[in-house]
Amino acid sequence: MASIARYVRFAACAWIAFVIIVSAIPASAQEPSRVDPNASAVTEQGLFQEHNRIQGRVSIPDQRSSVLIQPAGREWRHFRNVTLRWIGGIAILGMLALLIIFYLARGMVRIESGRSGRTIVRFSAFERFVHWMTATCFVILAISGLNITFGRPLLLPLIGFEAFSEWSQWAKYAHNYLSFPFTLGVVLIFLMWIAGNIPNKVDVEWLKRGGGMVGHDHPPAYRFNAGQKGVYWIVVIGGGLVAATGYQLMFPFYLTGIEGMQLAHVVHAVAAVLFIAVMLAHIYIGTIGMEGAFEAMGEGTVDVNWAREHHSLWLDEQNARTGVNKTPPRTSATPAE
Amino acid sequence: MARMKFLCDADRCIECNACVTACKNENEVPWGINRRRVVTINDGKPGERSVSMACMHCTDAPCAAVCPVDCFYTTEDGVVLHSKDLCIGCGYCFYACPFGAPQYPKIGNFGSRGKMDKCTFCAGGPEADGSREEYEKYGANRLAEGKLPLCAEMCSTKSLLAGDGEVIAEIYKERVTRRGYGSGAWGWQTAYRESITS
Repeated sequence: MASIARYVRFAACAWIAFVIIVSAIPASAQEPSRVDPNASAVTEQGLFQEHNRIQGRVSIPDQRSSVLIQPAGREWRHFRNVTLRWIGGIAILGMLALLIIFYLARGMVRIESGRSGRTIVRFSAFERFVHWMTATCFVILAISGLNITFGRPLLLPLIGFEAFSEWSQWAKYAHNYLSFPFTLGVVLIFLMWIAGNIPNKVDVEWLKRGGGMVGHDHPPAYRFNAGQKGVYWIVVIGGGLVAATGYQLMFPFYLTGIEGMQLAHVVHAVAAVLFIAVMLAHIYIGTIGMEGAFEAMGEGTVDVNWAREHHSLWLDEQNARTGVNKTPPRTSATPAE
Repeated sequence: MARMKFLCDADRCIECNACVTACKNENEVPWGINRRRVVTINDGKPGERSVSMACMHCTDAPCAAVCPVDCFYTTEDGVVLHSKDLCIGCGYCFYACPFGAPQYPKIGNFGSRGKMDKCTFCAGGPEADGSREEYEKYGANRLAEGKLPLCAEMCSTKSLLAGDGEVIAEIYKERVTRRGYGSGAWGWQTAYRESITS
């Protein structure tokens, strides 16, 4: 019968297979070598020598958790807790000290020829709106940002854990949300003032004469002098940097992994504290540092004598455009090009 | 007091992920968060090893050092815990952690970070031991009941060890001596600045 034949054939095959296996075993089994499953195994030290982190495969959906160990956080910790506090402290307190010393030594820069009583439009309502929107956001972003770096050692001991957490939570919300109008402001500032902020020869002369900061010198300038151009480019480049890096921290893993976020934080923080230091100087010269300067961003107009002393070439341009020519020729001024 | 530690014997881990599942279940871990995960290194190649990893409850914990609101604390058992009432979800502990332990439920602004969640060594949080608030925020407090973390307790190959650091180090050393090999206590050098040599 067919089924018996199949059984016999199977038994024969099984017997042959058994004989082959049994005859093959002694060759390998008689050697008493200890199997070392660790001979080719990965080791932590070995992997760290190859890369600065250990990564593998995970079977859970969260693929980011496939990074097993990443000690790079240690350097970032040192930056956040030590380096950044030094950089920030020196930059901000140093700038404050400089400004105080400068104010005590020089005092407010007066309009030397006194106020003429006649004014000229310097910034339009739109320009002032953009400036103050960006400025308000900046101040809140700066305070809430400094809170993250300096709040724990300075403010927390004063107000206690609960109050400090509550305040920091709101500060974080403000920091996240106000980043959007701030970024918009930086973009608008870039577009709206780019024309007057391209460096030119007049700036070299202005810088050589120290911007007239010492003594009674008034180097000529167009709408923006070299110092203002510096502030402009710091706002555009610094603002762009803090925005680009800030969004990476706000939207984790959209663009970068954890090393990218550590780096983004370093750039964000260093750019931000330097930005704050520069803005302190900007606020100083726009308020108590110089008579007649605040009105430019306040009401949008400046006194003609202020304009003549600080932006002589701009005043000439404006007068030429409107047909007024009452600017006395200044012997020291470079001719308008 | 005992100084609690985790130790994963990678030569025993079979990547069954039961520790991951047990942890999620025991602690009612929020969606999208895994307090523990199993990472397979050199997957499919000779020398492949799997390591179960969670918060290592570091000595001189980086998360605690960088926290802007100082919401971390270390228990007398050496377990690193945090207060979700104080946490503001800034993400700094996550940048600093070498083990990727801190995670954030995506409930905050722009779907980003809520209050941080991480392994508690099954030791709950600052609320009263065994209270309902504690369970809802942090999960089980097995330590207060005299039990060890469930991930290690139910590990089928006893690869994952949890408990007094000296005791589990001794168990691991004995294993290495008996079988003649061991790929080391993964993460110990980073977390505790010490490794087990046998």
